[in-house]
Amino acid sequence: MTDAEAAAFRRRQKGRNIAMLVVLIGLSTLFFAITIVKMTHH
Amino acid sequence: MRLADYQDTDVRDWIALLKPRVMSLVVFSGLIGLLVAPGHLHPVLGFTAVLCIAVAAGACGAINMWYDRDIDAIMRRTRGRPIPAGRIEPGAALGYGITLAVGSVLMMGLAVNPVAAFVLAVSIAFYVFVYTMWLKRRTPQNIVIGGAAGAFPPVIGWAAVTGSVDLIPLVLFAMIFIWTPPHFWSLALFANDDYRRAGVPMLPVVAGGKETRRQIVLYTLVLVPLTLVPWLLGFSGLVYAVAASVLGVGFLVSVWRVAIDRQDETGVSLTNDTPARAAFKYSIAYLFILFAALAIDQFVYRTV
Repeated sequence: MTDAEAAAFRRRQKGRNIAMLVVLIGLSTLFFAITIVKMTHH
Repeated sequence: MRLADYQDTDVRDWIALLKPRVMSLVVFSGLIGLLVAPGHLHPVLGFTAVLCIAVAAGACGAINMWYDRDIDAIMRRTRGRPIPAGRIEPGAALGYGITLAVGSVLMMGLAVNPVAAFVLAVSIAFYVFVYTMWLKRRTPQNIVIGGAAGAFPPVIGWAAVTGSVDLIPLVLFAMIFIWTPPHFWSLALFANDDYRRAGVPMLPVVAGGKETRRQIVLYTLVLVPLTLVPWLLGFSGLVYAVAASVLGVGFLVSVWRVAIDRQDETGVSLTNDTPARAAFKYSIAYLFILFAALAIDQFVYRTV
């Protein structure tokens, strides 16, 4: 793997990691909000 | 292709597996079903319901791309997709699709209600098993019956609010169901060579251009009066009725141009299918505006 290929690989890997982070934070926030709504309205 | 090559995928490939452009219309029609339904749903739960519909649609896209990877590799329009292009391993795409499908149904059931979750599960099963695996490659009626899969979102949105399935969401279902053939066959007319090469029995491939043009007009003739049913049932008011009529006349003109397009004796266009391309674009705008008009009308109808 050349330096340029390694850099491109790292860039894509970072992209995937950030995407996973966004999904996980989003889902955690949503589950928290759903729980609050359910507890308040039932 | 070595497995090591697959592991280096871009986030955009995983997003592409969800067919985001198809998802937009699904999300929109689901949202409309949710907005026009009588009753109240907390915005957080409403958002969750729409998210579940979107994720389920994406899951269907991913499973569809896994199953259709052989024909996608042949068609010009689809050969750049992540699986045929070798950027995502087929099994990974299938696992991704199944995970999202199961997750969306579970979340809908737990956060919203079991009826909405059930209809969502039925729509996924219909798209994957009935349309993708059974009909698509076997019959020219593939998209007629497959269109039902795309017609579920307003029913799911409605069920999310009311916990039931009533006449109005079924009318909305019928509208998308009848809209799908003229929409898809317009595309099939100008993508005919692709479908023929891939051996997909789309109507223009099997029955020819002339018959396809005739069918497009017939379905649109059924669709336009059908869009007035919500008004005839007293569910919506004049705002919607006028919008549906004007849009319907526009759609009829558009498909009529497809019917009278200059063509050879087999029905192949001599104008590079300009009218069919225009009708395809119009059909998308048509459904968006029609459903938006229904929601706006409900807002006006309820506040006046």
